[in-house]
Amino acid sequence: MSDSVSMMPEHPPVTDWVNDFDHTDPAWTENPFPIWDELRNECPVVHTERFLGCYLPTTYQAVKEIAYDTEHFSSRRVVVRDVRPEVRRNAAPPITSDPPEHKPAKQLLLPPFTPDAMKKLEPRVRAICNELIDEFIADGQCDAAARYTKHVPVRAIAHMLGIPEGDGELFVKWIHMLLELSIKDESKGAQAYQEMTGYFAGHIEHRKAQPTDDLISTLMKARDKDGQPLEDSQVLGSLALLLIAGIDTTWSAIGSSLWHLANTPADRDRLIAEPELMPSAIEEFLRAYSPVTMAREVMKETTISGCPVKPGNMVLLSFPAANRDPAMFPDADKVVIDRKENRHAAFGLGIHRCVGSNLARMEMTVAIEEWLKRIPDFRLDPAGKVTWSEGTVRGPRQLPVLFGKKN
Amino acid sequence: MSGKLKIRVDQDKCQGHARCKSLAPELFDLDEFGNAHEVGDGSVPAGLEDKAWLAQTNCPEIAIEVTEE
Repeated sequence: MSDSVSMMPEHPPVTDWVNDFDHTDPAWTENPFPIWDELRNECPVVHTERFLGCYLPTTYQAVKEIAYDTEHFSSRRVVVRDVRPEVRRNAAPPITSDPPEHKPAKQLLLPPFTPDAMKKLEPRVRAICNELIDEFIADGQCDAAARYTKHVPVRAIAHMLGIPEGDGELFVKWIHMLLELSIKDESKGAQAYQEMTGYFAGHIEHRKAQPTDDLISTLMKARDKDGQPLEDSQVLGSLALLLIAGIDTTWSAIGSSLWHLANTPADRDRLIAEPELMPSAIEEFLRAYSPVTMAREVMKETTISGCPVKPGNMVLLSFPAANRDPAMFPDADKVVIDRKENRHAAFGLGIHRCVGSNLARMEMTVAIEEWLKRIPDFRLDPAGKVTWSEGTVRGPRQLPVLFGKKN
Repeated sequence: MSGKLKIRVDQDKCQGHARCKSLAPELFDLDEFGNAHEVGDGSVPAGLEDKAWLAQTNCPEIAIEVTEE
């Protein structure tokens, strides 16, 4: 049962997935894997008339072809919605940038997110995890999505940006409006974007008087190739991106990992007994439960895996479906925590590789390690209900678990 | 008897996933943007062959070449 955002009347339930798919249908939200398998068996690229026309590549190969093809596919729109509002310049560079603007915008953001930079942040994230666990461990149970997995990335990115970790609820509200509600009601997205840029504008003003050594100041100090400071809109757009992209996604990835471990005591026990498996387990959770589905807009007619693709349509770029393709991954439907070969595309392929991938991996690793240290035995609460987010980012939004061994 | 291995990261293909650095830190280094390159001239010291292949088979961009000399 799903109790995600209820369907608007203009989205009738899907009965023909091959010709009329809808990634906001409750069946997709609840359990998309059999749907992707059905579509993949049918065709490498399927189409729906919904969302003003949208394709869905279902194979790893088709997803890869599109991700690498910035000539026919633009990133100026990266969320598939009911409407196509006017494209905002500097919406959220570099994720919404195409070549040649993409590379300089991305290079600004890369140095603060290298693995070495993440090592410096790791002790703070470990402390955040333990502060959170301290708040609920005595209860013997918790909603792990609401009390734990949500707050780890919120506090970590706030720490990096140099904004109060306590403003987290505000960030979560904006992201819900931008990534979920705005699919069917664009005004929600516009309102959230306005509130968010207003919030950051205040922090920027403050730093003009008193510079700091956080990510906001880094962007403010950045210069382009001509030695000029960035436009305010680019600074605000990139800050919006870091906040939006850094929270829902990792919240989902940590949540899906804990959901799997709550359901699979054998994997939990093995990870505790063999902690050296943690890196391959994290990669496997990323593959099997990839949270992020991106989008592209078709700019020129082309063919993908032999299928014609026409301008005027969007593309739902499903890295999660690609990662479940049995042609690419043996036993693709099984979670194998010591999988040796794993070229998964959870962080994208090509020039738009997630800028925060090293941060996400570190947060996932630390959050799972600290949880297993403090709460080695846990299981889904049979009296509760697990719910999943809808649309662009998939992960548990309610994850009620009981601690301790089953009596 | 098999020859010595040599690795090379294709700079046009590498997108900085950093899987190689995580799996075989002795063989790969990252630049200030997090993009990878082989350590030294890419010669794989004896005993690290498995790590070279592991890095190669986990690169999402297929940017790592392993050759036998």
